[in-house]
Amino acid sequence: MALVELRNVSKIYTLGGETIRALDDVSLDIGVGEFVSVIGPSGSGKSTLMHILGCLDSPTHGTIKLDDRMIHDASSRELAQIRNRKIGFVFQFFNLLPKMTVLQNVELPMVYAGIGGRERRERSMEVLKLVNLDNRAKHRPNQLSGGQQQRVAIARALVNNPKIVFADEPTGNLVSHTGEAILELFRSLSSQGRTIILVTHDPEIAAVTPRRIEIRDGKAALEVDRRLAGLDRLPGAAAVP
Amino acid sequence: MILFNTILIGLKEIWTHKFRSILTMLGIVLGVASLVSMAAIVKGMENGMKEALIAMGGLDKVLIEQQKVPVHQNHMRDMSPGRTLKDVHALMQSAPLLKVVSPEMGMDRVVVARGAKTYRPSEVVGVWKAVLEMNLYELQHGRFFTELDEENAHSVCVIGTGVRDELFGSPQEAGREIVPIGEEIRINDQPFTIVGMFKHYESEMDRKVREEGLKDPTQQQVGGPSRQRGWGRKNWNAFWRKNNTIYMPLNSMWVRFRAATGTNNVPDPTLTDIDIKVASMEVLGPALQQARNVLMVTHHGIEDFNFRTQENQIEDINKRIKNARLSGGIIAGLSLLVGGIGIMNIMLASINERIREIGICKAIGATGLSIFLQILIESVVISFLGALMGLAASKGLIFFLSEISPTQNTPILQGQVMLIAVLFSTAVGVVAGLFPAIKAARLSPISALRYG
Repeated sequence: MALVELRNVSKIYTLGGETIRALDDVSLDIGVGEFVSVIGPSGSGKSTLMHILGCLDSPTHGTIKLDDRMIHDASSRELAQIRNRKIGFVFQFFNLLPKMTVLQNVELPMVYAGIGGRERRERSMEVLKLVNLDNRAKHRPNQLSGGQQQRVAIARALVNNPKIVFADEPTGNLVSHTGEAILELFRSLSSQGRTIILVTHDPEIAAVTPRRIEIRDGKAALEVDRRLAGLDRLPGAAAVP
Repeated sequence: MILFNTILIGLKEIWTHKFRSILTMLGIVLGVASLVSMAAIVKGMENGMKEALIAMGGLDKVLIEQQKVPVHQNHMRDMSPGRTLKDVHALMQSAPLLKVVSPEMGMDRVVVARGAKTYRPSEVVGVWKAVLEMNLYELQHGRFFTELDEENAHSVCVIGTGVRDELFGSPQEAGREIVPIGEEIRINDQPFTIVGMFKHYESEMDRKVREEGLKDPTQQQVGGPSRQRGWGRKNWNAFWRKNNTIYMPLNSMWVRFRAATGTNNVPDPTLTDIDIKVASMEVLGPALQQARNVLMVTHHGIEDFNFRTQENQIEDINKRIKNARLSGGIIAGLSLLVGGIGIMNIMLASINERIREIGICKAIGATGLSIFLQILIESVVISFLGALMGLAASKGLIFFLSEISPTQNTPILQGQVMLIAVLFSTAVGVVAGLFPAIKAARLSPISALRYG
């Protein structure tokens, strides 16, 4: 059963009288537990795809089903709740709130979910332990390194136990060895059964994932599923090619 | 729970921008402070005026005033005898709804002397005993006039403490009570014996000042001759007038000071005042009608008199208070309005600064409503804190105002006004936060995330 089902999804903007088809008739299925990368040059529509998949935006045409629920015509309030409970985001620029401590940042999604203080703290410490930052809970984001901040962001994305995690260029702002550590973290999350969608323009990063969706001019141009091709079983395939 | 968290986040936001927040609050602080202190000062004024009104004889006192003869009766104006003792007797006989009738025969520009000391009292009046009940005087020393004094027009008088202070020295200066009973003074050069002295009358404020032995703030020497400011200037003050009164038997006044006027070797018998008190305020209308009927007979149908009730005075006071309240309220309201605009301005700037943060919050699941509440609560917290600071400031403001412009009336802080001020400024905070909050709630998460 597919976790996400996109059928004939289009997103059309009108910009200065000119019609732009950011997404053009895309159909996709993403199953539970998949580790997928969405790759494409800038302007290809991959960000639009992520926004629509991540319930930040609604498509112009087409239908989306997430976790057995049609969401293409949901209200903004319902979308906010879906984002809160079923989706976790990791951004290129970490996007932590600078005035709050690490712990408060991680707690925030649970605040919006209406979860009580004690449970919030316990669960936050759990996920912080998972990303190895439980000793930095009282720090502020600007007291941490980039890699650490991104790990906090990952902890925040995971804390509400979402069905699906989106990562938008999660290594784009990190030096390469830190980026590798972050990718390694994603891989281990994937092996624990998380559904992860990684958006990137970098083929080297996309190569890490078993399945790769290439977006070009708003269309899903090419899909490579290394499982189907049997590539993931080659020795050393998990490593960066 | 969420609400509590949102308030905490709002407080944190305010704390992060301490200086900016305080500047923003300033408008509300000043608005609330001026509203509360204005109300307190006006209340004090009102109390002072009512106090003075009661000192002048209470609410049920009615003055029968002389009035110009109406035009249509002008041809027979000589037939009216004016207000005389005849009226008084007639009223006492025939107007049962009147409780007290008190005739007064006054004299202007009197000089009172004792030895070389001379002095002008506020009034020198010939009266009956009824005046005690009419003008609410209480004797503290000596006695009042007897019927014999009245009958024989004895040269005796009863004085207020102000007269004593001027002619014999005040107890404050002497350090002991001075009771000049039995002493002789000269009223317009005729010798009179003091037989009694009234109690000392003063306003609440003066009493406090005197008892605490403080220097009267209204007596501050600013340079030049001493002066008084504020409502209740010296010759306006009802208490001063009350204390500087000399009463003598009506007949003494008539025989000794009116001999030079009048016709046919009869001293001028017209009274300067007839004061009446009605049995109760409920029958004020009928009682005045009774009095009018009686006087119409004694005055041969000529309407040369008029009733002045204290109701008119109360109306006057209420009108003044209303005006003071209105102008003060408008000023305070404008200040609060400006404060509200300031808050709105700051909130707009603040959400502009935080567009990205708002986008993050939305991405991780904040609904439009929770963003809306967050901004609104921030604005309300600012205005509420401002209001609390304003309450604190109002005390200081009242102190400051009474320092630079002392009045005889202590300002009275009212809890009700404080509550209204706080509620009103909180409402201003809500209104000011509404537009920024809606704007923030409507931000699309994508464009907010891309911003900056």
